[in-house]
Amino acid sequence: MTYDWDPKCYKDLPHTAIMDRPTTHIKTGVWRTYRPIVDKEKCTDCYICWKFCPDVSILILEDGSIEVDYDHCKGCGICAEVCPVKAIEMERER
Amino acid sequence: MGKITIPEEENMHPGHIACLGCGGGLAMRYTLKALGKRTIVSVPACCWAIMHGKHPSFALGVPLVDTAFEVTGASISGIRAALDAKDIKDVNVVGFAGDGGTADIGIQALSGAVERNTNVFYVMYDNEAYMNTGIQRSGATPPGAWTTTTPVGTTQDWKKGAKKNMVEIMVAHDIPYTATINVAFPEDFIKKLQKGIDIDGPKFYHAFAPCPTGWRHPPELTVSIAKMATDSNVFPLFEVEIGKYKITRKPKKRIPVKEYLAIQGRFRHLPEDEVEQMQRRVDREWELLLRKEEFTADF
Repeated sequence: MTYDWDPKCYKDLPHTAIMDRPTTHIKTGVWRTYRPIVDKEKCTDCYICWKFCPDVSILILEDGSIEVDYDHCKGCGICAEVCPVKAIEMERER
Repeated sequence: MGKITIPEEENMHPGHIACLGCGGGLAMRYTLKALGKRTIVSVPACCWAIMHGKHPSFALGVPLVDTAFEVTGASISGIRAALDAKDIKDVNVVGFAGDGGTADIGIQALSGAVERNTNVFYVMYDNEAYMNTGIQRSGATPPGAWTTTTPVGTTQDWKKGAKKNMVEIMVAHDIPYTATINVAFPEDFIKKLQKGIDIDGPKFYHAFAPCPTGWRHPPELTVSIAKMATDSNVFPLFEVEIGKYKITRKPKKRIPVKEYLAIQGRFRHLPEDEVEQMQRRVDREWELLLRKEEFTADF
């Protein structure tokens, strides 16, 4: 989604500090030191990692499998910690 | 394929600027999952006042009002009054404040809102210090904890007083519904919030939200530590409905408080006798809670 917002003078500004776009364009993924890698073989699709992700960065795909949103994942590692079958591994970013 | 045990609807966008492994972020995510799109959130100065992003981006899918530190209770009362004047019935109003903004600074506005029997939710996400401004002690900091204003070192000046018990303060207001919730138990978290939708009157929730930055633990342990807090009875899960206590989780195997403390850097200085004293205090509180449940069973 694009926003054409280019205020030239005070008249173009909103009357109050209204937020008009979601934060999805902020790529918090660049904060990451450790990258979660999902082992699709081991994954049982229990969605516990999805449940506990504070950054809403585990996506459930159409076919029911999961995928990590690397644009926003900050690499906290909660998913790897809560995974009951240890299908997620944290790998250092290069 | 597994079963999704919490609502799939997502009202929080990725890209918010919380720290890694933030418990407060999880608390907001579950709160909005429970209450849905028809919700207005009011946030005072706390971590969430900055976490929703910089202008003009915004991390939530619901309207949010940024208010001053001490007025969350007054702000949600005003929002509810405006909705009543417009005859809008299906909107949930939520005050979402940190422990400092609730237990210390915002307590009079909250007390007023509860006393006026305003139909609102109030969620206090408890990270046990003023984390946003740099880990200063608050009324909800547990005894023994290091913060930047209760330094340890040679002075041994860690926090000495007890943690303010907000749920008991709310029970003293004869509140229709109050409960403790924990980010490690999202199903229970969401169930208790959804229970509040049908209750007319103020609802107060004490949400346990670990803070990796301030508690000095690795970010991946947020959920494990929150779970340990309940399993060691440091943070028991219970609800109080007009004076009637109900414990919603009784740990089958209690873990020693020592294990819960050892995992966090903020308790690393504590001498053995302090840890034992804390264990005794936790046992006493748990015993008291069990008796309260028994005593109020016929209410």
